[in-house]
Amino acid sequence: MEKLKKNKVWQGIPASPGVAIGKAYLLDREEIKIKEEKLPPGQIQKEILRFKKALHEAKKEIVKLKENIAKKLGTEQAKIFDAHLLILEDEVVNQQVFNGIKEEKKNAEFIYSRIIQKTIQAISSTKYEYLKERVADISAVSTRVINRLLGLKQHTIEPLRTPGIIVAHSLSPGDVVQMKKESVLGFATDTGGKTSHVALLAKSLGFPAVVGLKGFFSKVRSGGKLILDGDKGEVILSPDDVTLKSYELKREKLLERSRSLLELTALLAETQDKRRIELSANIELPSDVESAVENGAEGIGLFRTEYLYLASSDLPSEEEQYQIYSSIAQRVYPQNVIIRTFDMGGDKFIHDPERPYEPNPFLGWRAIRACLDLPQVFKIQLRAILKASSLGNLNLMLPMISSLEELLKTKEVLEEVKVELRAKKVPFDEKLKIGIMIEIPSAALEADSLAKHCDFFSIGTNDLIQYTLAVDRTNERIAHLYQSFHPSVLKLIKKTIDEGHKNNIWVGLCGEMAADPKAIVLLVGLGINELSTSPLAIPQVKKVIRSIEFKEAQKFAEEVMRLNDSKKIEKLLEEDYYRRFGSENFSKI
Amino acid sequence: MIEKKIQVINRLGLHARPAALVVQKASKFKSEIRLIKDEDEVNAKSIMSVMMLAAEMGSFISIKAWGEDEAIAVEEIAKLFEEKFGEE
Repeated sequence: MEKLKKNKVWQGIPASPGVAIGKAYLLDREEIKIKEEKLPPGQIQKEILRFKKALHEAKKEIVKLKENIAKKLGTEQAKIFDAHLLILEDEVVNQQVFNGIKEEKKNAEFIYSRIIQKTIQAISSTKYEYLKERVADISAVSTRVINRLLGLKQHTIEPLRTPGIIVAHSLSPGDVVQMKKESVLGFATDTGGKTSHVALLAKSLGFPAVVGLKGFFSKVRSGGKLILDGDKGEVILSPDDVTLKSYELKREKLLERSRSLLELTALLAETQDKRRIELSANIELPSDVESAVENGAEGIGLFRTEYLYLASSDLPSEEEQYQIYSSIAQRVYPQNVIIRTFDMGGDKFIHDPERPYEPNPFLGWRAIRACLDLPQVFKIQLRAILKASSLGNLNLMLPMISSLEELLKTKEVLEEVKVELRAKKVPFDEKLKIGIMIEIPSAALEADSLAKHCDFFSIGTNDLIQYTLAVDRTNERIAHLYQSFHPSVLKLIKKTIDEGHKNNIWVGLCGEMAADPKAIVLLVGLGINELSTSPLAIPQVKKVIRSIEFKEAQKFAEEVMRLNDSKKIEKLLEEDYYRRFGSENFSKI
Repeated sequence: MIEKKIQVINRLGLHARPAALVVQKASKFKSEIRLIKDEDEVNAKSIMSVMMLAAEMGSFISIKAWGEDEAIAVEEIAKLFEEKFGEE
């Protein structure tokens, strides 16, 4: 009897992270045999209609899948099926099918599959990896249409009797969408690439997966034990006990990490004595929203809109902006989204081949100043935001406010846009809240009067520190003078919080300090209401908040504020931090 | 008929995502729109045809349009190429 070879390792392409250990469940799909049939006379129109009907039904199925995924993962991921719809409705291919049926008088599935094969061959022979992976999408769509034509049921992932790892020659996005966590531990395919839609869906839905194993399918016995390592892109057949043990350990560690993250996201960010701090996420791209949600963000505390202007040399249109703002608002609803208006150099606004020279861009014509000088352009962004606000969860935030005048002027411009929209009967949130970034010292010093005319403050510590200490942190010679905990900075933060509260508005902080574990106790003690950080930092910040008492934090803040030396303050913060948390692996993100 | 010649300047060329953007944009217009690369001429509203053009970075493409909205069609499609399809 042949001794089973143990620990046979197959190298494929890592498609989705995680470890799966279980029995192989072979998905054996019979190849559809397409017969070439001559049409009886007078049947040509009927055949063309039959093909159109198949397209129509396939479209319904794809639209349904798209809605399914949109619900589970949001509209960004559902765009995968937009690509499928484009393929389905390709007018050149479909016209070729109509012509083929008419001229050759043959059945639709034969003509169609022949054209598809030609297309697939042409695309497979190009050098583009990204293009080649679309072959999988073309296959998926054409299979769907052919199944409709032949009256075959669309393949489903049958509910597995016991949990297992699916092994197949290839899978379609529709297959991945149907997988259930209770029965599918992961999957491995012969075909596919890292950026194929199947890989992307596996990642989003959380199934460990390895693709591109080339020939693996034929070597696996159904029911055989497998280890699948989605990070390395390896599948191990018939693992021995040692390998099994070490992988079981690895899997436990990974599960523990994601479980504790999941548990943490379910808990509130509140101190031991029940003071609530809102923890939100800073994002730059719509795709960051997923990470924000995963890490338990209570909303988007800062959506930087600059990337919209960086992606192209032209100004983004109102429609483009509206689409992006409203899709984020919908994805995160009922949580809030704070959209910060354009915060870059004014030269991005104007098509001036001789860009006005900015000797001091940092202190120059940028952000709200440029916007107020170019109201027609500013209104484009304001209009898009207002239109996207109808769900009621959008807030506006203005960068680089240095005086009350700027805030009031902006509100005037905003009111003009509102009047226009009302006249056109375009709905928007009449109660849209407006907040300002406190990042310029003059704004912090005038916080009292500013607070009377806006709904919230968000302290931008990165710039506040630079402006207050007159330090450009990118200048290596003096970067060491950038001290986040300089007493002057702390005084401005405290003043901002106190005066905001005096006027009954909430005060948040969206600079790097919000993610610095040793700054949390101080900030909470000073009375901060909200902290907005990069999504990955949220769990840690929450852990710190949950382990302290507000009353204690207030006393600690008083102690810190009595000091007048940066070094002493930093030392105190570090000592307090290590006293509380020891050397746990809280690291600054 | 309006024609405009542009160059593919994004690093990965006219791969799947830009191709989809071109097709989606072209499909919005009433005009007949073609993309021409060397000897190949394809219908800009057909995703498979545009993908098969396999236009890599550096290649020159002619955008041709016939119809009532031919001018704006060519302009907006050319813009997609010029803006590198929002990549990089």
